[in-house]
Amino acid sequence: MEQLIFYSLAGATVLFGMLVVIARNPVHSAIFLIGALMCIAGLYLQMGAEFVGGVQILVYVGGVMVLFLFVIMLVNVRTAERVRQLSPEWKTALLLAGALSVELVYLVLKGPGVFATAAPEAIPALQGNTQNVGAALYTKYLLPFEIASVLLLVAMIGAVALARSRMD
Amino acid sequence: MIPASHYLILSALLVTIGVIGVLTRRNILIIFMSIELILNAANINLIAFSRQLQDVIGQVFAVFVITVAAAEAAIGLGIVIALFRNRETINADEIDLLKG
Repeated sequence: MEQLIFYSLAGATVLFGMLVVIARNPVHSAIFLIGALMCIAGLYLQMGAEFVGGVQILVYVGGVMVLFLFVIMLVNVRTAERVRQLSPEWKTALLLAGALSVELVYLVLKGPGVFATAAPEAIPALQGNTQNVGAALYTKYLLPFEIASVLLLVAMIGAVALARSRMD
Repeated sequence: MIPASHYLILSALLVTIGVIGVLTRRNILIIFMSIELILNAANINLIAFSRQLQDVIGQVFAVFVITVAAAEAAIGLGIVIALFRNRETINADEIDLLKG
């Protein structure tokens, strides 16, 4: 049962990811990306990381992707769709990506000697996941947490400053 | 239980798809979406090792990665809007102001 859930979610994630890259219309791309992100949230749930799964859906699907769709509507999609979609160096790009994937697969296959990749025997002991993550965030990782909030503030001010129309 | 190597292979596939998107597409919005795919692949690794090592820090780090991704998307889309207002294009090949 667990295997069925994992393989269907993983397959759907890879399929949606490919469709994101292949789709001609950016709106379709965004919808496929939402599908991929939802599948990844399902994988987080399956791994017992409920909090990150919830954050994934709230922040990515609810926030970032809505922002994407708004910007796609603001810029003119029709003109963008008519021009050539692939960059002129796409053959070199595919070659490099192929080299990258070979490298990654080699590392993963070599992995068992370097880091533990076997399935853990015990059922995860991280019960009460949200509680654990919250405790870690507010005690041991309090400083990075506060820095993240400053980063979000800077990003917000920067986005407003970049996107506002010139009034002066 | 699913071994962690399965998750690693899944995230390697996602990274490759994202890199192909970044390198071959010319639409700047689709390049952004490919970057989101790459960040999510990194998150899958973090969560898989968090489960593997029974340590919550991987999940804490994944939350930070999601925060940075949200900030990056906000800034990047702001730049896209400013760019479209000035140059009327979202084609990455036509944006060459810095080319000497």
